[in-house]
Amino acid sequence: MIEVKDLYKSFGEADILKGISTSFEKGKTNLIIGQSGSGKTVFLKCLLGLFSHERGSISYDGKIYSQLTENQKRDLRAEIGMVFQGSALFDSMTIVENVMFPLRMFTNMSKSEMKDRADLVLKRVNLADAHLKMPSEASGGMQKRAAIARAIVNNPKYLFCDEPNSGLDPNTAIIIDNLIQEITDEYNIVTVINSHDMNSVMEIGEKILFLKDGLKAWEGSKDTIFKTDNKVVTDFVYSSNLFKKVRKMYLEENQ
Amino acid sequence: MNYLHSIGLYFLMIREMFRKPTKWSVMKHLILKDIDDLIIGSLGIVAFIAFFVGGVVTIQTALNISNPLIPKYLVGFATRQSIILEFAPTFISIIMAGKVGSFITSSIGTMRVTEQIDALEVMGINGLNYLVFPKVIALMLYPFAIAIAMFLGIIGGMAACVYGGFTSLEDYITGVQMDFNPFHITYAFIKTYVFAFLLATIPSFHGYYMKGGALEVGKASTTAFVWTSVMIILLNYILTQMLLS
Repeated sequence: MIEVKDLYKSFGEADILKGISTSFEKGKTNLIIGQSGSGKTVFLKCLLGLFSHERGSISYDGKIYSQLTENQKRDLRAEIGMVFQGSALFDSMTIVENVMFPLRMFTNMSKSEMKDRADLVLKRVNLADAHLKMPSEASGGMQKRAAIARAIVNNPKYLFCDEPNSGLDPNTAIIIDNLIQEITDEYNIVTVINSHDMNSVMEIGEKILFLKDGLKAWEGSKDTIFKTDNKVVTDFVYSSNLFKKVRKMYLEENQ
Repeated sequence: MNYLHSIGLYFLMIREMFRKPTKWSVMKHLILKDIDDLIIGSLGIVAFIAFFVGGVVTIQTALNISNPLIPKYLVGFATRQSIILEFAPTFISIIMAGKVGSFITSSIGTMRVTEQIDALEVMGINGLNYLVFPKVIALMLYPFAIAIAMFLGIIGGMAACVYGGFTSLEDYITGVQMDFNPFHITYAFIKTYVFAFLLATIPSFHGYYMKGGALEVGKASTTAFVWTSVMIILLNYILTQMLLS
């Protein structure tokens, strides 16, 4: 479980995060949503330790990140898998080499053991035939799946995804969403997803954190988001006519 | 103030580069790859430029010696001195700042833009040790390229001299062997090692700490070339003053 208490982060004069408190549980897909500039990416980067925060605390299974030594932080980071918005696969490596990379860096596995493990996770993300492709030769969906495979290859405890659906067609986006949810259940990990995609919110949002202007504006799940009367949330989530209709139908059906 | 900040950040980068070392089994592959990219991949252009510029230095020297009292072997002597003392270590390094420097900046800068460096950091890998340290080690073989440039520069001069009819082969070789001071080679290689370090670290600095997108990668490459060249010229002056005067 990841617990965030009263998190503050600023850049110069600009306060980006203004006291966010929340928790992300194991085995659940946790979504962070909000408008552009609401502080989602900064929040995610604080969780990952890429940005240091001024006040508050972030604890991973009871271990407060800012109190860890450099070696402890390094060990913790080896337990984190991350899927970046642009996949961030290493250009100079094939897909299978990308997936084997965390194993080469953090384990003492033999080459054949690493290959077997990489094969297994590539099969899990339906990329069994793309081993020797370079990232530039793979489609956007394949790159995302390869990034997911690289993120889970070392059996992480925590999986972070930054806009995993951006730039994908709706069909592939749903496949990626379902894959993330299945992996979360299967590996029983804490998954935190930063998303703009309302389909993802409705599909896999077991916990949803809504940020606005660096503050936690709302917290709930895909079920409660239909019922909320929080205007800030409804204005954002139901900004399209389609979602307005979906919500209306849901509320009528559940009255 | 900005310059002071950048200088401080550069030295912090160098310190950070030696911390949290990458596993040796991974590092040795990175070093070998960088030797291939930075040294072996540059030998062709270094050899080509050295050979022809050696020829031009010889022709220019020969054409400017119009006084019949000046011995003809001076052409070989002047070519050797020019090539060993300045052309091979300094001017080849400026050319390498363009070739190798822009390669380093753009490859690391692209990794920054596409979040590949963030991916390394999230995994707990010291990005500076993983990306910059192997380049510094690979460029410790840079004097090998400079030695080839020295040799080919003198050979190019010899070819131009003999086939251009400026002096005889014997006169040229006599000039090349005349008053040879081995310390000049030591001086040239001391400079080369310093330039190699600059060639690895300044472009890496500009790539690693760049912000923005593809356009900024191009700008960072240009800035890296300018600053690497400026530092090579500046340190060339300081080292020459210290070692030869």
